[in-house]
Amino acid sequence: MSATFVGMPAFPTAARAALGDTQLRRNMAHATHTIREKRAAVVAEVEDWEDLRLAGAGVKEAALRDLATHLETLEASLTRAGATVHWARDAEEACAIVARITHAHGVDEVVKVKSMATAEIGLNEALEAEGIAAWETDLAELIVQLGDDLPSHILVPAIHRNRAEIREIFRRRMGDVGRAAPGGLTDDPTALAGAAREHLREKFLGAKVAVSGANFAVADSGTLVVVESEGNGRMCLTLPEVLISVVGIEKVVATWSDLDPMLRLLPRSSTGERMNPYTSTWSGVTPGDGPQEVHVVLLDNGRTRALADDVGRQALRCIRCSACLNVCPVYERTGGHAYGSVYPGPIGAILNPLLRGVEDEQTASLPYASSLCGACFEVCPVRIDIPSVLVDQRAAVVDSHRDDRVPKAEAVAMKAAAWAFSDSRRLAWAEKASGLGGRVLRRFGRTTLPGGRAAAGRLPGPGAGWTGARDLPAPPEESFRAWWDRTGGGQSEGGHS
Amino acid sequence: MRVALQVTCVNDAMFPDTGKAVVRLLRRLGVDVDFPGAQTCCGQPMVNTGYLDEAVPVVRTFVDAFAGYDAIVTPSGSCAGSARHQHSIVAERSGDPALVAAVAETGPKTYELSEFLVDVLGVTDVGAHFPHRVTYHPTCHSLRMLGVGDRPQRLLEAVRGITLVDLPQANECCGFGGTFALKNADTSVAMGADKARHVRDTGAEVLVAGDNSCLMHIGGMLSRQRAGVRVMHLAEILASTEESAGDPEPDNPLVEEVAQRPSRDQGDEGDFR
Repeated sequence: MSATFVGMPAFPTAARAALGDTQLRRNMAHATHTIREKRAAVVAEVEDWEDLRLAGAGVKEAALRDLATHLETLEASLTRAGATVHWARDAEEACAIVARITHAHGVDEVVKVKSMATAEIGLNEALEAEGIAAWETDLAELIVQLGDDLPSHILVPAIHRNRAEIREIFRRRMGDVGRAAPGGLTDDPTALAGAAREHLREKFLGAKVAVSGANFAVADSGTLVVVESEGNGRMCLTLPEVLISVVGIEKVVATWSDLDPMLRLLPRSSTGERMNPYTSTWSGVTPGDGPQEVHVVLLDNGRTRALADDVGRQALRCIRCSACLNVCPVYERTGGHAYGSVYPGPIGAILNPLLRGVEDEQTASLPYASSLCGACFEVCPVRIDIPSVLVDQRAAVVDSHRDDRVPKAEAVAMKAAAWAFSDSRRLAWAEKASGLGGRVLRRFGRTTLPGGRAAAGRLPGPGAGWTGARDLPAPPEESFRAWWDRTGGGQSEGGHS
Repeated sequence: MRVALQVTCVNDAMFPDTGKAVVRLLRRLGVDVDFPGAQTCCGQPMVNTGYLDEAVPVVRTFVDAFAGYDAIVTPSGSCAGSARHQHSIVAERSGDPALVAAVAETGPKTYELSEFLVDVLGVTDVGAHFPHRVTYHPTCHSLRMLGVGDRPQRLLEAVRGITLVDLPQANECCGFGGTFALKNADTSVAMGADKARHVRDTGAEVLVAGDNSCLMHIGGMLSRQRAGVRVMHLAEILASTEESAGDPEPDNPLVEEVAQRPSRDQGDEGDFR
């Protein structure tokens, strides 16, 4: 694996490149609309969906409010059930723990259940550096891994690929790392899935160590839960001798019954299914059945940082369903890679800065990668008010630059606007100037807008961002305010110029 | 009832006809609307770009200008949303309890135009006449932040002579997004291109919405495409009557253009002929 998000440019630059990829645009538009409609149909079937959302948000909020206590309970329950609990402050610590356990068993490969936490910490790359091969067994993750690609979606990391591309990847790469794709492989989805099945079967049967994440961690019973659709997770969680699960500390819920709303919300929100196909739960070690050595790595990696943010902490409720990605008009057009993180889309635009801070330019560009249309909040099963957190993170970005020696042009412009907007007399003066400017712009514009109004011409500088693709009406000679003053609120004339 | 018009900074400086249409419409419905001259902007451009400190004096200007009114009517879902949902954030940030109290007064009294007409005045038939093929785009903030629902459609359906056609993928954002249109211009334009395509697919002559900022974006794209579709604010259609100047007698723009030309642009444009 050589692909990496490290060194990705800021969102506007990455997005510009992605927008020019016609195959990507077509694949993304098709896939997001399909899953969006599927979700909408099955959510509409549930009469008390809004109550369910409130319940889901409540479960996660309650767990986060008393996170330390629940984590200690979880550790005690897991230990009692025969699991070994490890605590990892950051990605480096977590990867080192997994590598150490794997080395201790003298193996050089592990099979993996799809897991966002291990993608977040770059586990596969870290293990590779330690001479350990990590085989992804989720179909979409396999496509990404074989293609030396990067994930572009939380749930469907190969969403940017169509089946013709997948066929090529399988044909060319499967043989390099295991059982080759059968000759005459077509791009029929069943044939592609069959090839993956044969290829993966060898990995499942040969692996001694498996690595997973967890969708939920139940504190009182010490139970981890993995929710998946393909059965590959069930294979990894039951066949190998050793199971290592990397679990973000925000995955904890207090009790078994807390799973009730979560397992009803998640499938409908993520895959548009009424019920999840494979839900695996395990509590530590069961003698003679399944892995006999169970490790749980509880991962912080910025989560306590996010928890300390009054507005942003709600992002830790996220159950990684991807509903916000599927409805996002920005994500639909740019795809996931432009976000430069395994967490793309609206949730990525808040989660990344919350976990990492806004010091680097790429992360600082993410809260602005949204038109604030609010579609994400509307579908979020745990009611994360993503638009409000986006605005709050934008404020964090601006505040991080308040002591800059040379302020950004945008900051100067905003201060000037605030000055003009703080007193209506200043605004009236600015409008008079813009009316005079309008006269000039009309002369150079030479364009008439549909309906007859004169357009301004192409603007220089930052205005070119607008007029590059959009006509702009020339400012009118008389503002509304001036008209009101001149006509006594329209009483002294017909009211229409 | 003392009713104030919050015309919005965009309409004040760029689209005064929308403000005039609101005045005409409300007067026709018997509302004596006032324009408090101290008003400027709701502060949303600063808030949504992250400049909360800069928004504080702007919000202060807002609450000072509109103090004492029973209702504040604005022809913008976005600015109504700003007053109702964002002013409290700015006020908290200022640390000034007086400002916190003031925005708690003005916020709930701020109505987007269609809300004011339907909920406060209780009318859906405003006596308008507009004999054109029209499609309606529900702007994101009116749809999702305010929840105006089908109020604008109900108002439009009651207009005489109108042919109202559904816009495909209507609920999808047009890509304006305030400073997003400049900071992420490429993505904004990609979104706008799809919105413009859906508008053209309706065969409508006029695209109507409750926010001129979104219309400036979609209309700017339609204009650049020479698509033959104009944009109008909801207020302007609702203000139109058979007698009003809002829907003037058909005139020939080319005749007017030629008539104006010698006095304005003589010798300036060889490319016209």
